[in-house]
Amino acid sequence: MDLLLQQLINGLFIGSVYGLFAVGYTLVFGVLDMLNLAHAAIFTLGGLIALWLVETAGVSLWLAFPMACVAAGLLGLLLNQVAFAPLRKRSDSQFSGLISSIAMAIIFEAAALGLFGARSVRFPVGTVPTHTWQIAGITITLLQVGIVCVAASLMVILTLFIGRTRTGKAIRAVGENERAATLLGINVNGIIAFTFFVSSALGGAAGILFGLYFNNLTPDMGRSIELKGLAVIILGGMGSIPGAILGGLAFGLSEVLTVAITGTSNLRDAVAFAVLFAILLIRPSGLLGRGKTREA
Amino acid sequence: MEHLLQFYAIYGSVINFIGINALLALSLNVTLSAGMLSLGNAAFAAVGGYTAGILSLRFGFPYVASLAGGTCAAGLVGLVIGLPVLRLKGVFLAMATLAFGEVVRLAAVNLDVTGGAEGLTGIPNVTTTWMIYLVLAAAAYFIAMLRRSRLGWGLVSMREDETAASSLGIPVTYYKAVAFVIGAMLAGLAGGMYAHLNYLITPRDYGFFIAVDLLIYNIVGGTNIWYGPILGAALLTALPEVLRGAGVTAGPIRMGINGLILLLVILFLPNGLASLFARRRSSAVKAGA
Repeated sequence: MDLLLQQLINGLFIGSVYGLFAVGYTLVFGVLDMLNLAHAAIFTLGGLIALWLVETAGVSLWLAFPMACVAAGLLGLLLNQVAFAPLRKRSDSQFSGLISSIAMAIIFEAAALGLFGARSVRFPVGTVPTHTWQIAGITITLLQVGIVCVAASLMVILTLFIGRTRTGKAIRAVGENERAATLLGINVNGIIAFTFFVSSALGGAAGILFGLYFNNLTPDMGRSIELKGLAVIILGGMGSIPGAILGGLAFGLSEVLTVAITGTSNLRDAVAFAVLFAILLIRPSGLLGRGKTREA
Repeated sequence: MEHLLQFYAIYGSVINFIGINALLALSLNVTLSAGMLSLGNAAFAAVGGYTAGILSLRFGFPYVASLAGGTCAAGLVGLVIGLPVLRLKGVFLAMATLAFGEVVRLAAVNLDVTGGAEGLTGIPNVTTTWMIYLVLAAAAYFIAMLRRSRLGWGLVSMREDETAASSLGIPVTYYKAVAFVIGAMLAGLAGGMYAHLNYLITPRDYGFFIAVDLLIYNIVGGTNIWYGPILGAALLTALPEVLRGAGVTAGPIRMGINGLILLLVILFLPNGLASLFARRRSSAVKAGA
């Protein structure tokens, strides 16, 4: 029982990182109806930049975290400018945007490989104070609590921002109908660029938390989360932020539960993708989606 | 002649890989020409490769029979997966086929009959270069003929506007399923040949990023004409060797050049490198007239 509870708690921690990653992913899709496959590469670069700041530049993690998030956000602006903005007027922009984001993902990954090398790297010992609690037979580390708190507060801030502020309203308006938003005097290009900045900064934050949690960063670490992130946003419903959060948690929990039930980690991802496949067939709009997926 | 043999001795495996990759790229082209983005073709190649490998290895089937078995198995899986999945469009079809691909890959990792993560080893090494290129030529001819057929025009019209195509009496669902199964069978055939080329196949040979590579070959070469995917596969498969010959050995630079080529093509040549030839030819016609 304790073991199961411990597994559930672990699933919550990793699920909150998935959720944070997926929120940025789904944000861009909600606004542009385009899948940004370079999101995982920015996730990787966010983690690696934070590591470089801590290890080489000697910045404390508290400062390195926001700095790396901003750097990831700037990469997002670059991504939008190079790979998405020139294609937006094209009739096949959904398809060509997907391709150009793959191209940027390759270029970003090559940059990560060139700048940081192919070996796996880790944060220096003592970056985060090691402290553990034992509650009712369950072990929780300070790092895990920190990860959940940071991920949760970022997601809450984003939800409030999208729901309550004027800019958030503009983002939703552009997502709803770009032309109508233009007619209403919304600076559509600015809003899209801003969305990329926010999305990529959140992706970078997820990369830093992921790197801290597993204490292992490689230039291709984005590859495994890329597929999981796609699964999460489809599970939650494309473009839905609460859906992405919920999907992330569900995915994290399903992973640990599969391991707990089958006793091996072999089937972990297979179950998740089988569920994804079934959801696409039964309810392609996902758990909290907008229900217009068939025409997309 | 001697130079040619020497060249083949050094680059024979690259030449073989170009052929296999071109065949796989052609298999994806069938669905792409109808505007369907499938990321499942690597998985169909896996189904074909594993089936053919198991038939040869465990049941002692002759080469051609193994290939036929692998091709049919891939086609059958394509039919079973295709019928429910083809209701989805655009990104959602891509995601569903991607999920299917991951399930196939993970099944190959976990099943005993496929040899698990180490893969299937000891498959007789009987595929030769001329066989690959013979099959490639036949496939290219088939695709070129397909494009001129009723089915081919139907697929193109579905890519342009599915509603209009359907209102003109094109059996959209049926054509989609046919295209999907043809693509799956071609991929299965390529997978079977690859399995018999390389002694072994592993689940790693057929992951998500292989599926993306096939898409990249098509985009870089051009999807609108039969030689586009072949051109893309040849260029990008040979590129690492060419760069190595040119003295560029750093992995990141080679990878970056790959990404850069793809980016430039999608931004400035949306119909791929093949459109360069087509454009020159059409302007030559104009100059002649």
